[in-house]
Amino acid sequence: MQKTEAAKDQSKTSLPNGEGQGGVKQYSTLNLGPTHPATHGIFQNILKMDGEIIMDAEPTVGYIHRAFEKIAERRPFYQITPLTDRLNYCSSPINNMGWHMTVEKLIGCKVPKRAEYIRVIIMELARISDHLVCNSVIGVDSGAMTGFLYVFQLREHIYEIYEEICGARLTTNIGRIGGMERDFNETAWKKLQKFVDELPKHLEEFQKLLVRNRIFMDRTIGVGPISAERALNYGFTGPNLRAAGVDYDVRVMNPYCSYEDFKFNIPVGKSGDVYDRFNVREQEMWESLSIIKQAMANMPDGPFHADVPEFYLPPKEEVYNNMEALIYHFKIVMGESDVPKGEVYHAVEGGNGELGFYLISDGGRCAYRLHFRRPSFIYYQAYPELIKGSLLSDAILTLSAMNVIAGELDA
Amino acid sequence: MENTLLNTIHEKLLTKFGEAIISAEQSYDFPVFVIKTDSVFEVVKFLKEDPEMGFEFMTTLCGLHYPDNKGQELGVMYQLHNLPKNLRIRLKTFFPISDPKVQSMTPLFSSANWQERQEYDFYGIIFKGHPNLKRILNMDEMNYFPMRKEYPLEDGTRTDKDDKMFGR
Repeated sequence: MQKTEAAKDQSKTSLPNGEGQGGVKQYSTLNLGPTHPATHGIFQNILKMDGEIIMDAEPTVGYIHRAFEKIAERRPFYQITPLTDRLNYCSSPINNMGWHMTVEKLIGCKVPKRAEYIRVIIMELARISDHLVCNSVIGVDSGAMTGFLYVFQLREHIYEIYEEICGARLTTNIGRIGGMERDFNETAWKKLQKFVDELPKHLEEFQKLLVRNRIFMDRTIGVGPISAERALNYGFTGPNLRAAGVDYDVRVMNPYCSYEDFKFNIPVGKSGDVYDRFNVREQEMWESLSIIKQAMANMPDGPFHADVPEFYLPPKEEVYNNMEALIYHFKIVMGESDVPKGEVYHAVEGGNGELGFYLISDGGRCAYRLHFRRPSFIYYQAYPELIKGSLLSDAILTLSAMNVIAGELDA
Repeated sequence: MENTLLNTIHEKLLTKFGEAIISAEQSYDFPVFVIKTDSVFEVVKFLKEDPEMGFEFMTTLCGLHYPDNKGQELGVMYQLHNLPKNLRIRLKTFFPISDPKVQSMTPLFSSANWQERQEYDFYGIIFKGHPNLKRILNMDEMNYFPMRKEYPLEDGTRTDKDDKMFGR
């Protein structure tokens, strides 16, 4: 902060302010985005600049709006999962699981322990990959390209695990209503073990590069801060809220998917600036790793999906050889399964905050109304307030540290 | 336990606002209150600022459209959260589509700003007192409100698709 103040004072003295020349002080307008390489996504900001200092900003969003809430009103429940992939595409498995759990809550389905533990492993892997991208991008925006390229190897390993489980990498469509589509196979367990063994070494190295790096600290401490009170008023959730010092985590407050079985800490920051957000995410990765280890060690035996034939697709062999399975297969694919009337809200701790699904079912084949509570959409509103009075280069860092994902922002 | 939460809040609201509270029910894990449109701002303000209530966090809000409820077609749903006690409630209010106006929550919650713009964009709900009520996700030139139920996702005049077998 002091740096910014100093810069402000300097600008007062060195820039002509028009006084004495009969003119008025003029600001320049700078159009940042929509496709600027430093914004990592399609964000437009029209900035009012006084020299290099931002006086005001006006964000424009909606460049990749795809009307998901409307599309969801014409699709059977199982076809909505691929839409959720495309919200926060850096951690799509969390979105998928959140959606499955919403429907399970509506139909009153109890998922077996093994499926829940597998889901926890996948969600925590997704969280690690989300935070790796965000943190390494903070590095890039402050001038450290190496860390970014380095940790993308780790993300690649995570994607290989996804690939082994569901066949896809980025838009995963992982899991099904009622459980998982298949159990982990031998290769998946091996890859997971290898990843868990390797992660600490790489993560430590990455942290050595940045956490106590003088240049990085100078660039991030005091940049884009927000107080806890303002953060709550702006509806911040996830790492950004925790960096401001509020220990709100959906996994602890409203445990879902057996999170109550695991022991983990919620790292919190103090000042809500870029450095705190970076550190909160860094610590969360260690906690995620510990959750994965606990889940692997205590993995219960049993089925990997619940017995809900109305919603869970039967294996293909049975569809060909068994009348009942054929009927259920047909009913599910044609969206003819009976759904109870009701309205549910289910929230999961997504990569960047509380990802909520508000679903109204009128008993028809599709959702009557589906509303996504998208964390980045809600907290990106605070961006102009965060960057007012700071330098342009700090605004870029603030944007990357908030981890605004264009897909989630624009739905 | 959840029903006691419903009852305590319901009693509080009834003594304070009387007949502005239309109904109260438990829907899954949420107490749901339906409130008259004129008083919804006051109710939310009370829930936020009363020390015993303390619902200081607005989780989300979204628009609703029930074309068959004549005179009450459009609505808004609010979800509030008391973080220290971890209590969540849902409020709803309905109003006619011919006069879709409701008080804006922006003076209480900064987070309502874009969310209200989004619901204006989708449903054409006018939030009175909103500082910058214009479209946010769709283009400014759009002259209809796409999330209303009268706009089907698929073109109704298409003849190349025969879906009568499965009742689409």
